[in-house]
Amino acid sequence: MINDKNSQKIVDIIQNWARKHSIWVLAYGTGCGAIEIPPTMTSRYDAERLGVRGAATPRQADVLLITGYLTVKTLKRVIRVYEQMQDPKYVIGFGSCTINGGMYYDSYNTIKVLDKYLPVDVYINGCMPRPEAVLSGFAQLQKRIAEGRATGARHYKENLEWYRANQKKIIPNWIMPEYNW
Amino acid sequence: MNILGAIVTFIVAFAVGMTYGGLTRKITARIQNRKGPPWYQNFIDAYKLYSKSTAIHHGALHFLGPAFLMVSSVMTLLFVPVLTHNNWFENLTFDGDLIFLIYIMTFGPLGMALGAGQTGNPNSAIGVTRGLSQMVGFEIPWVMALVSLMIQYDTTSVTGLMAAQEQSGSWLMFSSPFAFVAAVMAMLGMFRYSPFDIVGAPTELASGPVSENGGKFLFVMMSSGSVFTFAKLTLYVDLFLGGADNLVELLIKTFLLYMIPVLYGTVSPRYRTEQSIRWFWGWPSFFGLLAILQAVIF
Repeated sequence: MINDKNSQKIVDIIQNWARKHSIWVLAYGTGCGAIEIPPTMTSRYDAERLGVRGAATPRQADVLLITGYLTVKTLKRVIRVYEQMQDPKYVIGFGSCTINGGMYYDSYNTIKVLDKYLPVDVYINGCMPRPEAVLSGFAQLQKRIAEGRATGARHYKENLEWYRANQKKIIPNWIMPEYNW
Repeated sequence: MNILGAIVTFIVAFAVGMTYGGLTRKITARIQNRKGPPWYQNFIDAYKLYSKSTAIHHGALHFLGPAFLMVSSVMTLLFVPVLTHNNWFENLTFDGDLIFLIYIMTFGPLGMALGAGQTGNPNSAIGVTRGLSQMVGFEIPWVMALVSLMIQYDTTSVTGLMAAQEQSGSWLMFSSPFAFVAAVMAMLGMFRYSPFDIVGAPTELASGPVSENGGKFLFVMMSSGSVFTFAKLTLYVDLFLGGADNLVELLIKTFLLYMIPVLYGTVSPRYRTEQSIRWFWGWPSFFGLLAILQAVIF
């Protein structure tokens, strides 16, 4: 009964609905984009009415929000944080810096394309994206979750060698546990 | 002991506790001039947490910590008479269950402390230390209030105290006001809303004892917290507000009581641990002492 294809489909719809309406965000304040998170959460834009809430640790979070530029030094920590999160998990790239480097396009010490290192589900462009844009990004993520298309985490697991090779290419001293998820 | 009644009690407690949690979020949001999440948001969160995968392993006690919490909540619930004169909701009772309740209500946090200790997360360890210190703070006025009631009415059972209220026709809230004040002040700490929320402070301690727990662990903690909230509120209603004859009366009384820590919390900043202990050992303990004096002298 529970393995029946149709009942699995119904369960998936209910689960995706719940996941869509309860998004716990780990706002990894890497760059200047972190300053746009407080206005999004507080009384003017109030993301909590959409079910978007801050999470304190990676263990509890659903969404990893990379706010702005990511230095090579921070990338290592971000990868570790991402791998500690529990499935299903999503990544939002926030700001131009995560898409193509933005104003740091020729910096020697920041990564340019986040998607080569972590599977990004939704990008929010702009420098800075205003809270409206952030909310629109969350709405986009909700839409993708409801349709079952936010499968970045699965993609990451399936193509782990490719991601690991990219990560190890840019991080010279790779001292990380070989992972346990 | 009615098995079916116990199950119904548990379901009612779960639903009511979760709903109160959602309403609290809504009310807090309205006070902060926000729209706030819908009242059923906690149910969605709980279901989402349950449907998350859980691939965290830190050892046996880490798994047992949330189970200890749940066991403690359910045991507390089963020893609290939910409705008066109702066979369905009158669960377990014996002479001396008030003393048993004092013990069993601290059992959950202690088990959680063991579980949080094994995760090896420094934030958990700090959170546990702060939580247990704060518990020492609010347990003093709480036990003083209960002891004064036991002396005054010469009984150590919850049903005995309820019967005493029924005989005299007045709630204990009015006939022993000092005990009520002390107990309500202890309740502020018991519910861990602001200003006594240093234990699970998200920005300072990364949510403290629960910081290594996600997914299904957090689901168990959330539901046990809801059940425990209901159990504690019902215990307060039984002890001080004369119990309740039907569910509607119970909901009104518990909700009004629940709003005391919630509303006090929304307008308060956060205390440090030693500040909160000093607070609990100040006026609340003074009122507890007055309550014991009242019980002994009158």
